[in-house]
Amino acid sequence: MRMILHIWRQSGPEDKGGFQRHELDGVEEDMSFLEMLDTLNERIIAAGDDPVTFDSDCREGICGACSCVINGRPHGPGHKSTTCQVRMRAFKDGDEIWIEPFRSGAFPIVKDLMVDRTAFDRIIEAGGYISAHSGPKPEPNASLVPHPVAEEAMDAAECIGCGACVASCPNGAAMLFTGAKVSHLGLLPQGQPERWKRARTMVAQMDAEGFGACTNYAECQDACPKGISIRFIGRMNRDFMKASLCEPDTRQGQLKAH
Amino acid sequence: MLELDAGIPDGDIRDKWRNHLEHVKLVGPRNRPKYDIVVVGTGLAGAAAAASLAAQGYRVHVMCFQDSSRRAHSIAAQGGINAPKNYRNDGDGVYRLFYDTQKGGDFRSREANVWRLAEVATGIIDQCTAQGVPFAREYGGQLANRSFGGVLVERTFYCRGQTGQQLLLGGYQALHQQVAAGNAVMYPRTEVQDIVNIDGRCRGVVYRCLQTGEIRSLAADAVVLASGGYGNVFFHSTNAFNSNATAAWRAHKRGAGFANPCYVQIHPTCIPVSGHFQCKLTLMSESLRNDGRVWVPRNPGDTRPPHQIPEGDRYYYLEERYPSFGNLVPRDVAARNAKYVCDDGLGVDGKQQVYLDFTDAIEQRGHQVIAERYGNLFDMYEEITTDSPFKTPMRIFPAVHYCMGGLWVDYNLMTNIPGLYAIGESNFSDHGANRLGASSLMQCLADGYFILPQTINDSLHDIYQDKVGTDHPAFAQHEKQAREHIDWLMARTGSRTPMAIHKELGEVMWDKCGMARTADGLKEALVRIDELKDAYEHDMVVPGRADTTNQALERAGRLGDFLELGHLMCRDALERDESCGCHFREEHQTEDGEVVRNDDEFGNVGVWEWKDDGPHEKTTEDLTFDALPLMTRSYK
Repeated sequence: MRMILHIWRQSGPEDKGGFQRHELDGVEEDMSFLEMLDTLNERIIAAGDDPVTFDSDCREGICGACSCVINGRPHGPGHKSTTCQVRMRAFKDGDEIWIEPFRSGAFPIVKDLMVDRTAFDRIIEAGGYISAHSGPKPEPNASLVPHPVAEEAMDAAECIGCGACVASCPNGAAMLFTGAKVSHLGLLPQGQPERWKRARTMVAQMDAEGFGACTNYAECQDACPKGISIRFIGRMNRDFMKASLCEPDTRQGQLKAH
Repeated sequence: MLELDAGIPDGDIRDKWRNHLEHVKLVGPRNRPKYDIVVVGTGLAGAAAAASLAAQGYRVHVMCFQDSSRRAHSIAAQGGINAPKNYRNDGDGVYRLFYDTQKGGDFRSREANVWRLAEVATGIIDQCTAQGVPFAREYGGQLANRSFGGVLVERTFYCRGQTGQQLLLGGYQALHQQVAAGNAVMYPRTEVQDIVNIDGRCRGVVYRCLQTGEIRSLAADAVVLASGGYGNVFFHSTNAFNSNATAAWRAHKRGAGFANPCYVQIHPTCIPVSGHFQCKLTLMSESLRNDGRVWVPRNPGDTRPPHQIPEGDRYYYLEERYPSFGNLVPRDVAARNAKYVCDDGLGVDGKQQVYLDFTDAIEQRGHQVIAERYGNLFDMYEEITTDSPFKTPMRIFPAVHYCMGGLWVDYNLMTNIPGLYAIGESNFSDHGANRLGASSLMQCLADGYFILPQTINDSLHDIYQDKVGTDHPAFAQHEKQAREHIDWLMARTGSRTPMAIHKELGEVMWDKCGMARTADGLKEALVRIDELKDAYEHDMVVPGRADTTNQALERAGRLGDFLELGHLMCRDALERDESCGCHFREEHQTEDGEVVRNDDEFGNVGVWEWKDDGPHEKTTEDLTFDALPLMTRSYK
């Protein structure tokens, strides 16, 4: 197949950037989208030019590194797939493909299609953990987790931190990402002691990073490679609301003064 | 000649670790913040070690080449993690796990380390559950188990097909809690270029910021390499696209011994290569062999679709040849047998592939149970091949997966360079010549959570007062060499891309140093690799600039290390004139193709020393087999 590619090129965060047109022959159906870009890059390098920079690592849809907007859609045409899982059989001979980085003010561009998503790490740092220093711990079967609860927690925990939820959201919200972590930990018995503080501090950090707020477009759920449900945003909102109105994790659990 | 002292404690194997802990030197809590420790790599071993050391109060500096520490390739581990909890009441225990691991590794691991691994394994499940890892649960709320290859018990804990992801996120979250607390500092998009030894002790690293190209130094009181394995020497592997051996190899070039480089695990169940453009192979978890049956058509040239081939015309070769372990034989055995049937012309559609069939399991257990167990793996398979394993058997073939070899370490996980440690896949000690399924997650977390944080004090306790800073001239000198190396790479203006040379290296390694090896083939490989080294030096092209993100430059730098390491792997494979585990020398096999070890001559660890002015030199560490006497492995 022959593809006409319009690829976003930007030499660094300060550069204005723009689309660069490439034509690529010999694209095969079984190629992954990133193997198609590899093939293009091999030709660019052989011609002595600067190849297209893009993030990728595991190339099997689990590390969350790849982050292209393909024809206006984060991670491209597939359903529940990452950029690296898109196959060229999703396109036809002669198709024009527009390739951009994930777009969000909170994800500054590093170079070309590569963005900086360390804002996500800082949201986790604000409370996305259960404090449990390494050492002897209680027997796990001492606190039972019913099968459906464990499955629900796992549904939320599947998040790969790619940022497609942010890139797809008209508000640039990171609420699916944050809601998934708040829910995963808040569903499990081990996560209860820090549950209310966690909801408050993670939401506060999300705001501080410049992400927007959810207005129920549900684009994030559609773009999420793991199909994480927006019900976890609802769950986070409930935990946040409760934690804001009263302080269930203080000694009296009393209503706040304000 | 390397001087190797494994420092294995005296006493009965059951008491060694406890006795050792009672006598390891300690650093007091008020003194710990005076020590700087660098951790390279943020997979399970690195994240766990960094989080544990930071929580103890050490100042920890953590480097990874990815944009976030959460992306290290441990995240792709699918199937599970072993622990001898004996929840199934099927007779499991520490000895059984030790026995299975020693036997699975074909008696080429260090006995005391393996016992310790089996001993601390149950604590890992406790630790991870406490962190919020959502292990699969039964309806009553108790933890669920499944089985893996090479064992006769069910001791594997799992989170759907994403166990590695969940365990890694547990470690990642613990690490970033320490970042928030100010005990750990992250250096993402950073690659170690060199380690710095001063007066015989490792005192820091020289690293490159991948975003700006800056070369910088960091002085430390200890350096921990948790940089993973070197499977990408083969180009095609199940490793991540950017996984590399650079940190470990450069440490080796500064004096750290490299042990058993020829031990590379070929995983039996991967999606076959589909085209010349392909850059990486996708694993299908070993857990699938719990319910999937492996077979090929019994007659060569039988091209009927699988469901039209009657039972009598199917060759369930693992079940027939190994009745007691059946489809759950260890990986090396399963991989080798796939090769045999394909070499005999029985491969599906005449290609290098075999069936992994779930029809019976779906009939017996129902669609929903199978979907719950393997749903995401089936989706992943369908995504790549367009076939649904619910309807038609998977097609699979072996691929390079894991490296049992790595940097030599003592009982404290310290290399022969004081102050330099290696943990997880980057060291050599626990898996011998073949690793069993669900035991790499176990080893990484054992090293990271429980072993290293309790042994590292031993070399630290008395050194903080003679701290060395980056103003020491050795740092400037190492930085200069690192800059010169980058400049040299940027000056390559030939015609071949780094990836093209890497692909060729991979072909040579797969053909000559893969599932089956011969003396003649290995000698040929050594010549071919020298030629590729020559192409690397004289005909490679590196585009762009060095002062900005330049992925081709990164690839070129890693390729140089892979070429040298590939050469050493072939030499090690040539000199280990026996078969053992994954290392299959065609000259040494039984009539029906099983490995034949030579314990008298090779019951040891081969440790290689880099020489600046000549070929590598080999030293050996003799292995002892007191707790489990040597025997011939059989899974029949």
